[in-house]
Amino acid sequence: MPDGPAPPGKADRDSAAEPTPPPSAPSGVPAEAQGAGRFAAYLPSIKVTAASILLALVIGALLIVVSDRRVVESFGYFFSYPWDALRNSGAAIAESYTALVTGSVGSWSAITATLERAAPLICGGLAVALAFRCGLFNIGAQGQLVIGAICAAYVGFHYDLPPVVHVIAALLAGLAGGAVWGGIVGLLKARTGAHEVITTIMLNYIALSILTWLLTKEAFQQPGSNNPRSEKVADTATFPELFGVHSGIVLAVAAALGVWWLLERSTVGFEMRAVGANPDASRTAGMSVANVYTIAMVVAGLLAGLAGTQQVLGHEDSLTANFGGTIGFDAITVALLGRATPLGTVLAGLLFGALSVGGTAMQASAATPLALTQVLQALIVLFVAAPALVRGVFRMRSARDGGTVLASGWNS
Amino acid sequence: MELVSTATTVAEPVVRDPEDAKRRTKVGLLLLLVSGLLFYFWTSIDNAEVSYLLGDRTAGAEPGTLPARPVTLGCAVVVLVIALAVASGVLRRGVGNVLAMIVAGFAFILGFIVWAYSDQEAAFQAVITNPLPGTFAIATPLILGALAGCLCERAGVINVAIEGQFLAGAFFASVVASLTYSAGAGLLGGIAAGVGIAAMLALFAIRYLVNQVVLGVVLVVFASGLTAFLLDQVPDDPAVKQYLNDPPTLNDIAIPVLSDIPVIGEAMFNQTILVYLMYASVAVVTFIMFETRWGLRVRAVGEHPKAADTVGINVKRTRWQAVLFGGVFAGLGGAYFTIGSTGSFDKGASSGNGFIALAAVIMGRWHPIWATLAALFFGFVSSLQDQLKLVSKIPSELLTMTPYIATVVAVAGFVGRVRPPAADGEPYVPS
Amino acid sequence: MQLEINGLTKRFGSFTANDRIDLTVATGEIHCLLGENGAGKSTLMNMLYGLLRPDEGEVLLDGEPVTFHSPGDAIAAGIGMVHQHFMLVPVFTVAENVMLGREQTRGLGVLDRAQAASLVKELSEKYKLAVDPDAVVEDLPVGVQQRVEIIKALANDARILILDEPTAVLTPQEIDELMAIMSSLRDSGTSIVFITHKLREVKAIGDKISVVRRGKVVATTEPTASEAELAELMVGRSVKLTVDKGAVEQGPVVLDVQHLTVIDHRGATVVKDVSFDVHAGEIVAIAGVQGNGQTELIKSLLGLIRPAAGDILLDGRSISRYATRESLDAGIGYIPEDRSHDGYVGPFSVRENLVLDRYQDEEFSHGIGLKLGAISAHAKELVAEFDIRTQSIDSPVSALSGGNQQKVVVARELSRPLKVLIASQPTRGVDVGSIEFIHQRIVAERDRGTAVVIVSTELDEVFGLADRIAVMYAGRIVDIVSPTIHRNDIGCLMAGVDPETQRQETTNA
Repeated sequence: MPDGPAPPGKADRDSAAEPTPPPSAPSGVPAEAQGAGRFAAYLPSIKVTAASILLALVIGALLIVVSDRRVVESFGYFFSYPWDALRNSGAAIAESYTALVTGSVGSWSAITATLERAAPLICGGLAVALAFRCGLFNIGAQGQLVIGAICAAYVGFHYDLPPVVHVIAALLAGLAGGAVWGGIVGLLKARTGAHEVITTIMLNYIALSILTWLLTKEAFQQPGSNNPRSEKVADTATFPELFGVHSGIVLAVAAALGVWWLLERSTVGFEMRAVGANPDASRTAGMSVANVYTIAMVVAGLLAGLAGTQQVLGHEDSLTANFGGTIGFDAITVALLGRATPLGTVLAGLLFGALSVGGTAMQASAATPLALTQVLQALIVLFVAAPALVRGVFRMRSARDGGTVLASGWNS
Repeated sequence: MELVSTATTVAEPVVRDPEDAKRRTKVGLLLLLVSGLLFYFWTSIDNAEVSYLLGDRTAGAEPGTLPARPVTLGCAVVVLVIALAVASGVLRRGVGNVLAMIVAGFAFILGFIVWAYSDQEAAFQAVITNPLPGTFAIATPLILGALAGCLCERAGVINVAIEGQFLAGAFFASVVASLTYSAGAGLLGGIAAGVGIAAMLALFAIRYLVNQVVLGVVLVVFASGLTAFLLDQVPDDPAVKQYLNDPPTLNDIAIPVLSDIPVIGEAMFNQTILVYLMYASVAVVTFIMFETRWGLRVRAVGEHPKAADTVGINVKRTRWQAVLFGGVFAGLGGAYFTIGSTGSFDKGASSGNGFIALAAVIMGRWHPIWATLAALFFGFVSSLQDQLKLVSKIPSELLTMTPYIATVVAVAGFVGRVRPPAADGEPYVPS
Repeated sequence: MQLEINGLTKRFGSFTANDRIDLTVATGEIHCLLGENGAGKSTLMNMLYGLLRPDEGEVLLDGEPVTFHSPGDAIAAGIGMVHQHFMLVPVFTVAENVMLGREQTRGLGVLDRAQAASLVKELSEKYKLAVDPDAVVEDLPVGVQQRVEIIKALANDARILILDEPTAVLTPQEIDELMAIMSSLRDSGTSIVFITHKLREVKAIGDKISVVRRGKVVATTEPTASEAELAELMVGRSVKLTVDKGAVEQGPVVLDVQHLTVIDHRGATVVKDVSFDVHAGEIVAIAGVQGNGQTELIKSLLGLIRPAAGDILLDGRSISRYATRESLDAGIGYIPEDRSHDGYVGPFSVRENLVLDRYQDEEFSHGIGLKLGAISAHAKELVAEFDIRTQSIDSPVSALSGGNQQKVVVARELSRPLKVLIASQPTRGVDVGSIEFIHQRIVAERDRGTAVVIVSTELDEVFGLADRIAVMYAGRIVDIVSPTIHRNDIGCLMAGVDPETQRQETTNA
């Protein structure tokens, strides 16, 4: 074997001349220069999001047209009076979408309603997003928020405490309830490997059963009533109002900031993101994947618990069998649209909050069913997730995507 | 050759696996706990007899009786023996172990039921009835949904959208059956809707590479929104409604001879065509998946798409086929919720059963037969809790959650980590 | 069949992976394609196999131009390929894998497994491949899996067989067997394209050698060319084929492994009663064919698997019950064998990956908050010191080349004070420049007095680095020898054969 007596330094310089393979971009761009272009980097995905919303609205308009009896009738004589059909279609679409917009942001009271609706969606969305970043698919926000709300409401109506202390105690109880319910999922996953998709689905049902059971108990029911409705939460335990909005939205924004700090600036968040992206490498680097899963689910449950607490201490004043609606489920779409980032989740929560509130107004004034907003919601998320489709429809030039942050596969 | 040192030892070291010991302790303790509970049941029972009726409910047969205390005691002893066998290591992994677990499970259920039905205070003495008819009724859509899940996921496409397929199938089965006044045509409507959602799943998962878990959730929201929206368009006017959402339902067809088998005959062979289709589907899907060329290719595409590609298999086309084929079964499963049982469609008619079907797929380790057993297990526990609501020992609201708790326990305690098809959820991008 | 490639070009964006490649392989010829990792050999073969579409140029078979739209077309034209990463479905049986894509059926699409099995048996006997058609592939040793790949190609009547880096996973004995198979295939008229980066092999078996560098064929020569010439052609400069390593004074025993036994999750005993020790300032190489318990042995040293019996002493203290975190903190550095799986988090930036196991150190965090400034400064320092080629410290590691990814892992592990360094396959899939660099750093770490354990399946690496060689076979350390041992004897030990008996048998025969 011949000896190549090249000194170490030379070898280094030589390999410096080698081209970097395809995925790596040309080197030499200083790191600082990239910060300025950060907004530009987000631009394509902003464009796609806007286009997705537009596309969803177009499909929604089609549904409005085919479902409006007046329009359908006028299409019956389309060939004699085509203008009628078109005018009626236009009118139906305009009427519905105007109601949707004015109902959600057209007045101060509409805005407050939107914000109140958005607050639990944001918190629930954060619960899903945080788990996502850790590689866990949290379908269980619904159950976590139900348990959180039960705890918060119980503290709210059962104990007599001074004003500020009471609301804080009720809030903490709600957070703790959600955290425990989420923590069960994390523990089961960490200790036995039980798939979180199964356990969260089951725990949702279990939480709902517990709620309906408690609502038949005297300790929970309103005195002198047999209705499945809990006692009213004491005034001392309800959220204070700011400008006509209960302060839940402030808590939601604070929670988003907290989640951002946790994920991007803390050691625990570092572990969560690492485990979410590559559990094996994380384990090899000395992290306890089991503990990280558990912590992530505890925090996720806590956030969902906050959503439930907002419902019973702010939006309503007592527990009912379906006080939570489908918040926990909508939260999944919120997190998905927000690409599992805190800022994105806040924006998506506001959008879906507005859609939901506006949808109710639309149903009332334009007789377009509320379910339309659910369809819109699904379509928006679907299109945002398939940028290639949206670009194809709008003939946009292909750019590099921000890329979905979500892992693929069951094993994530 | 220069030997620096030699570390070769010939004797085979006998080392016991600490994991095995841990498992034995855990399972043993759990069984001991169960056995303790059964002993408690035994001591707490006063009344001596419990009535049961397993045969034909309509024939006015005389209920039989069980001595409550000896039965619970017997169950407790059986579980105790199995617990000791596991703890002492007599029972190892394998068929014997699985059988013992099943026996222990049934012993617990029997003891529990006898306890629950004993000492009834009400004047009307409830009778233990056969849980099997209920089991099959609940499990039928679950099994069909699970088959859809197995087909998709074996091909490498995660299907969280079974619930969406159920909803669409239920709605369109009802509409088509109402329009044509034919439950059979309704089945076709259900199938078409199931395949329609499947096509959306395939389009976005395979063509546009959307994250498949995300996609599934979104499709559920989409289907639930769309069906609710369309339902709101159906006027309340009964004259119109009967043409849109008032379908005929499927009739029970008794199969001669088979339906006369005691205990299981009524449950399994006096059912609607949908249930018989379900039996056939399980057999057909299993056969196709494991014995045919197409099945081999589907599994190859789900395990190692690149390997399939390198032998000339069109990965995307195969995945499309599997997803669409799965849609057939999910659509049938959806039809169960309208024309297979109650008739007209209500919002959220499938009430989350699609997710239970998904859980059955995972519990059944992506195998059609095991997924079917998982669905039957869920159906059995649900059916038991339905009849236990008749006796007041446990609040019925709490009983509602037993199937879900049972699923969690089964998944956490006995299924544990499962290995999905290796490329499940990963879009194939040829490079 | 004769294969001719004219001006074949493939671009990925602005990067030209293959630049006007010309190549001719005659009927019944073993044509070696020699080149570094990332030189463009695999791109070329993927085009030839229909997995990639060329941007320019043409492929001729027996003088006829052909275009392949899919591997199916290539297979139909008589091209077979044994991929570097086996294209076998692990949960299928051998027969199922062989029949996949060209299934024997009994009509109506029902599989005829018996017929497939008999075909496997027939081919297996004809070419002396010894493969059981009913075995499940994931249970087979890699050497046998490779033979399954060959049977797959033969079952499709391949007349041009492409072997992509086939020897990387084989023992010296298995390599000899493979070469015998290749010769017998050649004699029966099959043309073979043999892709490798190992000089010894091309000289042993090649009829013609084409050297690929940076996407171009830089030379086509005869196997009589010297190894130094070939190496220089391959890398583009003169290369050092050995590692510079001075003698060093051995310190006391740092790592002492005593009667270690590991049982895996399937209940199989994968490490059996293993004992060895490593002194300060010494490199012990664990040689062996992949899958003989090395991975599990190393994982148990790190607390990733709990050993079922035995003890691990670090400076005399038992660490066998330590969690991974504690083992790392006690001074064990680890370069894992599969860096993308265990070594780094792909979407994480270079900056973050460089503190992947150190983010909790006081240097990088206070309480639960991260010190971003310190982490960045640390990254800049290491990027400069280890010459990591990256756009910035914020680029995701997944965007770097294999060599630079490995440097990130190496830099991270060597950036803290170590007592023991464990490096598994430290240079797998890495370019020659990075290999030299990483080897120098490992030797430097030894010279600093660290006890070093290298796990390698590459004998060149084992002989280049080791002060002592422990050979593992079937979960046992069968012998610990000095690097002066003959290559063939190591080969015997790796195959579980006593070199003495082997020698006696050869003389008797």
